Amino acid sequence: MAIAPTEIETPSEARSEDYLWTLNFGPQHPATHTTLRLVLKLEGERVVDAVPEMGYLHSGFEKIGEHLTFNQYVTVTDRMNYISPMANNVAWHHSVETLLGIDLTPRCTYIRTIVAELARISDHLLSNGAVGLDTGAFTYFLYAFYQREVIYDIFETLCGARFTNSYTRVGGVSQDFTPLVIEKTRAFLKTFPKTLNDMERLLNRNRIFVDRTKGVGLLTKEEAINRGATGPVARASGVTRDLRRDDPYLAYSDFDFQVSCASAGDCYARYLVRMQEMRESLKIVEQAIENLPSGPVDVGIDERMALPTKKQVYSTIEGTISHFELSMSNRGFEVPCEEAYAAIEAPNGELGFYLVGDGGEQAYRARCRPPSVLNFAMFPHLIRGHTLSDVVAVLGSLNIIAAELDR
Amino acid sequence: MTDSTETKEPKAVENPHVVALIELCGTVESSTFRNQQRVVVPAEKSLDALSLLKSRGFDLLIDVSCVDYLEYRGAKHRYGLVYLLASTTGHQRLTIRVFVDDPEPTVASVVPLWEAANWLEREVWDLFGIRFTGHPDLRRLVMPEEFTAHPLRKDYPLQGRGERHNFPVITRDHS
Repeated sequence: MAIAPTEIETPSEARSEDYLWTLNFGPQHPATHTTLRLVLKLEGERVVDAVPEMGYLHSGFEKIGEHLTFNQYVTVTDRMNYISPMANNVAWHHSVETLLGIDLTPRCTYIRTIVAELARISDHLLSNGAVGLDTGAFTYFLYAFYQREVIYDIFETLCGARFTNSYTRVGGVSQDFTPLVIEKTRAFLKTFPKTLNDMERLLNRNRIFVDRTKGVGLLTKEEAINRGATGPVARASGVTRDLRRDDPYLAYSDFDFQVSCASAGDCYARYLVRMQEMRESLKIVEQAIENLPSGPVDVGIDERMALPTKKQVYSTIEGTISHFELSMSNRGFEVPCEEAYAAIEAPNGELGFYLVGDGGEQAYRARCRPPSVLNFAMFPHLIRGHTLSDVVAVLGSLNIIAAELDR
Repeated sequence: MTDSTETKEPKAVENPHVVALIELCGTVESSTFRNQQRVVVPAEKSLDALSLLKSRGFDLLIDVSCVDYLEYRGAKHRYGLVYLLASTTGHQRLTIRVFVDDPEPTVASVVPLWEAANWLEREVWDLFGIRFTGHPDLRRLVMPEEFTAHPLRKDYPLQGRGERHNFPVITRDHS
């Protein structure tokens, strides 16, 4: 049936939204780095609104956590924030040991502190390198990536794995530091400040970089607190909260270091905070490696929390019993029917696990508190009013890792 | 949370925040484990209680999550929400627990207090099916929109349902 011309409703004037252009950014885009999606509403080149979408990498890590034992699940935490897996390992077992009530040996706390700080350096190298890459500074990215290789080499010498380390164990770590690891770490401590100086000279006063990041993605202190920001994102907005200083876990109370902060709250401030944090991490690693306590790395045999060494198993009765108790499927750890939350200052912010124990081998619930989710949730707030080219700068400065975002 | 023997610990009563919560909600169950203070507030008073705590210095909402106590020994309620609060100035933490039950697990949204709760509550709705009244945009966060179940509930299996082979394959001709 033909429609009479009078029946078609013609609006007297177009609404202002009709001029908006909807752009789908991601999930597969080089500048999103990982699989996340943004639906941008553009007026010309200006972003009017952004709707972030996530879940493309959802793999049910929390559900898996209810079916794997405390030592098995560490392999899954590697895959959460895969640019600093060591920090995730440390965070997971820090929570498990809080729930089980294990006190680590001094050597173990120092070793974990060193690997967590090396992980922080490698994370900040990648996230700052990626901001540089996205804003056109490709050389800078290569400088950063080369140093990540050096850290990978240290980790490889330490535990055999470069990327997915799975280094920690309940009550200890999988491998003790060898003289070669210490030597390589010392060599890194010597060479890295020079590269860091080079990197700062490359980008800190680079006109293009400063123009593209200064005043972009402003986050005020009030908004940072209201939106639950932690880590470098919060500290760049003037929130002086750092769990390493405020709630010293592992061995952080032994070291002298500064909490890096800025007050501007823009992408440039976040970049500067990360640069400064690398220097502070170097200070911590240097103090830790020079004062590394001797003694055992795992907790004692009597506590029955860490697997004894082969020598202990074959030559002592306690070692044999402990190995049997931990290996048999109907034995294992003594898990209290309780709940505990413990967090560490991961490179990205507060990374914690809320664990519920029911007496069994596995956690009854293993909730991960990922810093990326809260950082990504504030993205529309940061980008409104900026141009499309600023999207990559803001996204890079928040350092969103989709595997941790979706879990 | 189980029926903890530490409930009557004198230290827990001394905490001024717990005293303030008792004034607001009547009796509250409070306990400590590994130096972590936990307080259970009734579901209908949860928004008031959290708003009180925000004004008392807990300005940072760390996390909103949930535990399904379906198979937990001695549990009295099905779902237990977890609000982890912290302060950006002094270092203090507090865990607030709110228990809700089937068939319509509902609790007031805390988005009016903290914008941070927006996505965290969406995730809890997505994975546990707990409704947050007053939430501005309660959509699924990580699961696809057409998903019907809440996969972190204990009656949802680890394998089988919701896997790729259960979904219809859309060919080019039928799309």
